[in-house]
Amino acid sequence: MSKRYEIRFSGAGGQGLITAGIILAEAASIVEDQYAVQSQSYGPEARGGASKSEVIISDGPIDYPKATLVDACLALTQEAADKYVDTIKPGGLLLLDTDFVKKPPAGDFKIYRFPIINTAKNDVGRAIVANVVALGAMVALTGIVKRESGEKAVLSRVPEAFVELNKKAYNTGYERVKALLD
Amino acid sequence: MAKKVALLQGNEACAYGALYAGCDFFGGYPITPSTEVAEVLAKELPKTGGKFIQMEDEIAAMASVLGAALTGSKALTASSGPGISLKQELIGYACIAEIPCVIVNVMRGGPSTGMPTGPSQSDIMQARWGTHGDHAAIAVAPASCQEIFSETVRAFNLAETYRMPVQVLLDEINGHMRERIELPEPGELEILNRQAPPVSPEQYLPFDPSFGDVPPLAAFGSEYRFHITGLNKAADGFPTTKARLVDAEERRQIRKVEANRDKIEKNEEYMVDDAEILIVAIGTISRSARHAVNELRKQGQKVGLFRPITLWPFPERRIAELAGQVKAIIVPEMNLGQMILEVERVTKGACDLHGIGRVDGEPISPSQIMDKVKEVC
Repeated sequence: MSKRYEIRFSGAGGQGLITAGIILAEAASIVEDQYAVQSQSYGPEARGGASKSEVIISDGPIDYPKATLVDACLALTQEAADKYVDTIKPGGLLLLDTDFVKKPPAGDFKIYRFPIINTAKNDVGRAIVANVVALGAMVALTGIVKRESGEKAVLSRVPEAFVELNKKAYNTGYERVKALLD
Repeated sequence: MAKKVALLQGNEACAYGALYAGCDFFGGYPITPSTEVAEVLAKELPKTGGKFIQMEDEIAAMASVLGAALTGSKALTASSGPGISLKQELIGYACIAEIPCVIVNVMRGGPSTGMPTGPSQSDIMQARWGTHGDHAAIAVAPASCQEIFSETVRAFNLAETYRMPVQVLLDEINGHMRERIELPEPGELEILNRQAPPVSPEQYLPFDPSFGDVPPLAAFGSEYRFHITGLNKAADGFPTTKARLVDAEERRQIRKVEANRDKIEKNEEYMVDDAEILIVAIGTISRSARHAVNELRKQGQKVGLFRPITLWPFPERRIAELAGQVKAIIVPEMNLGQMILEVERVTKGACDLHGIGRVDGEPISPSQIMDKVKEVC
């Protein structure tokens, strides 16, 4: 029986989390030889308000395409954290933005925190790549794809002029979480 | 050589499947959750000399598809419930005038404007009986992005083979989700084209039954001249009210599907051999059901899945057979009981029958199906 791993990226509409989910699904199923399904919230919630993007990764064909019990969840806003943590698997992983989720939700999961958006803004240089910082962080947290697979998937999507910026964003996110785990 | 792979949305896979099948015309009007089909074709069709046109509304879009198809194009439109409702008059026209075309319906909640961003399977009966009058219907209901690609190709093949409209039913979930697809090489999937008239323009009759149940269709605007109407017509395409001719024509049009069920029907059976409980489900919900079957099998429950890939014509013979070997059939569907009516009709009380309906904009989950199986056992 195939092993199913569920990841949720959540935050506000416009933060690029759908793109982060797509890139992770590409890393798993195009760069690597895993199976992946990516889906996302649509409608009013996707245009501001809480928004989510889900990726299911498995070593075999995936039947049900939506999240059932989330293994690892990212939340970039308080609203998303409050709204989307209820289906995290007992003992699962939750990554929060320190600045924007002031009140970490309580539950049976391991919480990791760092200032994701401000890292993008101050350390990487552009707030717009916060989603790529978050992607690198989630790859480090979950180990569901190899570090270089995630990087390859990121770079295959960005125009030449933004390769260095995105590389830095991805690797900064990855390193920040690695440091938390060590 | 390594296969060409891509991570595609179901709607995108549908558009690329249409292009693979040789679609060279798209006439549409944007509507959630189907718009990505149009987006891809707006970008891709002009590259190969095809035509993309956004019409003033859904009715005009369907009309443009019929016109294009008659000139020899492989024509497509895509919409969702409200748009499909508007197209019904012209879908009926395509039935009676025997115009091959493909209509994609990415189902959302309804009736009327309903819930634009919510998934649904509530157009199952509309795909069969949406337009008035006796008519044959073919509709396919793929489940995965790979299958959306290949079933869109097959939908074009069926439209061209049987000279009739064919519907592709998706829903908001499999239309929008992304999965890895292996893009088939040219020649890998069968492509069927309409039969050219084997007679000269002078001898040509557009509905000549002596050629069998599917008379060859010439291209409008070519040297073949013929008449097209929504009225019942004789072999020459002109209206008739002669009882014998009308009866023969109506029966021929039903027969072209009924007599070819073996070639049109396509199902998937999963763990049905020893099943005591059978789940009958299509599209996205068949994936919930498959998950449920896998989980229940781990617990020792004898459960199987029957998945119609061709939804219409309904796979009545096989379901009737399976009804004779199981204790109960469960039909989960994102509506309040449509496909279950067909299952009831064909099983004729041979086993217990239970439905699971859901219309709140959320999919039927595997656990919901598992709970129902346990309740029934």
